[in-house]
Amino acid sequence: MAMLKDLTNLTRRELLSRGAKLGLTAFVVGPAFVAAGDAAWATELKHLKPETMATLIQMARDIYPHDRIADEFYATAVKTYDSEGTAEIIEAGVAALDAAAVGAGFPSYVETGWERDRVDILRSMEKTLFFQTIRGGLVTGLYNQKAVWPVFGYEGESFSKGGYINRGFDDINWL
Amino acid sequence: MPAPFDKNDDSVVVVIGTGAGGGVLSNELAQKGVSVVALEAGGRYLPEDYTNDEWDSFGQLAWTDPRSTSGDWRVAKDFSGLPAWIVKAVGGSTIHWAGASLRFQEHEWKAATTYGKVQGANLLDWPIDAAEMAPWYEKAENKLGVTRTGGRAGLPGSNNFKVFEAGAKKLGYKEVHTGRMAINSADYDERTACQQTGFCFQGCKWGAKWSSAYTDIPRGEATGNLEVREKAHVVRIEHDKSGKVSGVVYQDADGNQHMQKARVICIAGNSIESPRLLLNSASSMFPDGLGNSSGQVGRNYMRHMTGSVYAVFDKPVKMWRGTTMAGIISDESRHDPTRGFVGGYEMETLSLGIPFMAAFLDPGGWGREFTTALDAYENMAGMWLVGEDMPQETNRITLNHDVKDKFGLPVPNVHFDDHPNDIAMRSHAYKQGIAVYEAVGATRVFPTPPYPSTHNLGTNRMSANPRDGVVNKWGQSHDVKNLFVSDGSQFTTGAAENPTLTIVALAIRQADHLARELSKGNL
Repeated sequence: MAMLKDLTNLTRRELLSRGAKLGLTAFVVGPAFVAAGDAAWATELKHLKPETMATLIQMARDIYPHDRIADEFYATAVKTYDSEGTAEIIEAGVAALDAAAVGAGFPSYVETGWERDRVDILRSMEKTLFFQTIRGGLVTGLYNQKAVWPVFGYEGESFSKGGYINRGFDDINWL
Repeated sequence: MPAPFDKNDDSVVVVIGTGAGGGVLSNELAQKGVSVVALEAGGRYLPEDYTNDEWDSFGQLAWTDPRSTSGDWRVAKDFSGLPAWIVKAVGGSTIHWAGASLRFQEHEWKAATTYGKVQGANLLDWPIDAAEMAPWYEKAENKLGVTRTGGRAGLPGSNNFKVFEAGAKKLGYKEVHTGRMAINSADYDERTACQQTGFCFQGCKWGAKWSSAYTDIPRGEATGNLEVREKAHVVRIEHDKSGKVSGVVYQDADGNQHMQKARVICIAGNSIESPRLLLNSASSMFPDGLGNSSGQVGRNYMRHMTGSVYAVFDKPVKMWRGTTMAGIISDESRHDPTRGFVGGYEMETLSLGIPFMAAFLDPGGWGREFTTALDAYENMAGMWLVGEDMPQETNRITLNHDVKDKFGLPVPNVHFDDHPNDIAMRSHAYKQGIAVYEAVGATRVFPTPPYPSTHNLGTNRMSANPRDGVVNKWGQSHDVKNLFVSDGSQFTTGAAENPTLTIVALAIRQADHLARELSKGNL
């Protein structure tokens, strides 16, 4: 555990320095990753490099960008890849993503400052198994988290509240 | 109490499947004193078990046995391993259905005559018609408690309906209302009135929507004439030397194989499993599959022309509040070839929760074009488009010998190519659906592609002439006298309407016929 914490700390320093260097703290996933340092997903990293997780989180946000959804929900959605069975292919996929970023003239994927540039990089990888696996996994991994539903206004389960018969099933007032 | 029948009892009628076809047939026979063993591949889930959670419910109820797909239909690309969205449980897809209960229109029983020659379509008139079916439809409507029939009131209009209705009226549509639904608008037949909870697709926790799971099945069991065996997956039908079917082989939950003898066998496993079972039951006497002298078993697979239109407005709709399907426009269901296609389609409101909307709005989509749509979810309204598709011989269920299920049997492959008529109809339906919402100020619209098929039809079709189909007007095999088909696979053509009411009406009628023939000693 101590070693993992060290790794996290190291990454924090790295990411903070990158963020500072770029002057893009609002964009860079690093600070959020650090802010979530006490959260389970950060300390539970067992197989993936923290940098890889940081890149995955940014990639997840770029695939399904919702500006009102915090990083921790994207982290929850991709943390399933931190497993013995998937780590190798994920590390390879992220390495390919970074290589594509470098090929496009950026230092790395997370250091590609504009979303449109990162999306161009993703487009170039859209047909790969790596991209499709991450995208497909997010459909349930992100949107099936009950905690994000309120962001969309979705109210979820209603049976225990007696349905909407007396709670606005027909309350539209602008037609 | 449900009396268990001996597996060597060859006087029983064996019904395979317990949904709209098999569940109703089993109960109707039991009420008439016929001994029935119903074999159901799935487990038993009742209202207290259903959950207001889309993916959890899918995991609980959906038929997810391996299947493969081919053809140019979009489902093969988006959901290659899940061609159909149906239920594996006692009650079958009547747990999942939205409840729309519409009679076929008169001309739809005579598609070949009405539409004339359509290139590439294997059209045929049904051997029955509207007049023949009218009394059975009435019994079905009374059984299901269908609103706006038999003096029953319509359901109240939800937000999603009100948007839809306002758009329809601005467009000049006349036949717009909250539908004829098997969802109680008032307490009826020991079932409570609808509480506008939503989650109709996940099983109605109030039991306000009709499902055979908690009506016909327990009532049949209460007669003592019906035994339902759960998690009993039929893998083969056997026959005797004379060519009559004699029993079925099934696997129980523990993987043990059993043989149940039978006097009559009725197949109601949905339009994918029913033909698969006949094909998997090939023998030296029936080398192309049981009851398949016509070569039509598995062919003419229909799944309705479908699509959806979702639209975003500048103000909230909250479409998830209330019944999943909350209203209908029927103006486009007429046959009017001046629109560029034969047959017609219904427009029916539909709502999905966020988890399913993410999966189905634009399968494969990503980026801000996709996420800004979901960000506007609260302001979204939605409708489903469902119309008659053309039967084509090459759209078919075949055995995929390269993929085996857990019993070691080849899985079904579902091949479907859209017919040009289906494409023309879908494009018209998208245009009209979009127009409905734009008439009330939609700021953005989404012509959403088909979901995995919920209406699976036609793969053991009815025909007057044994050469043209698999069963006669009673659902009885042309080749095997004591073999019947009791589900939507007996549909000769699909019509524009949601099929459940017709499946139920045919099952009630078939039970009446079977009981009569059994008592006469003809079977």
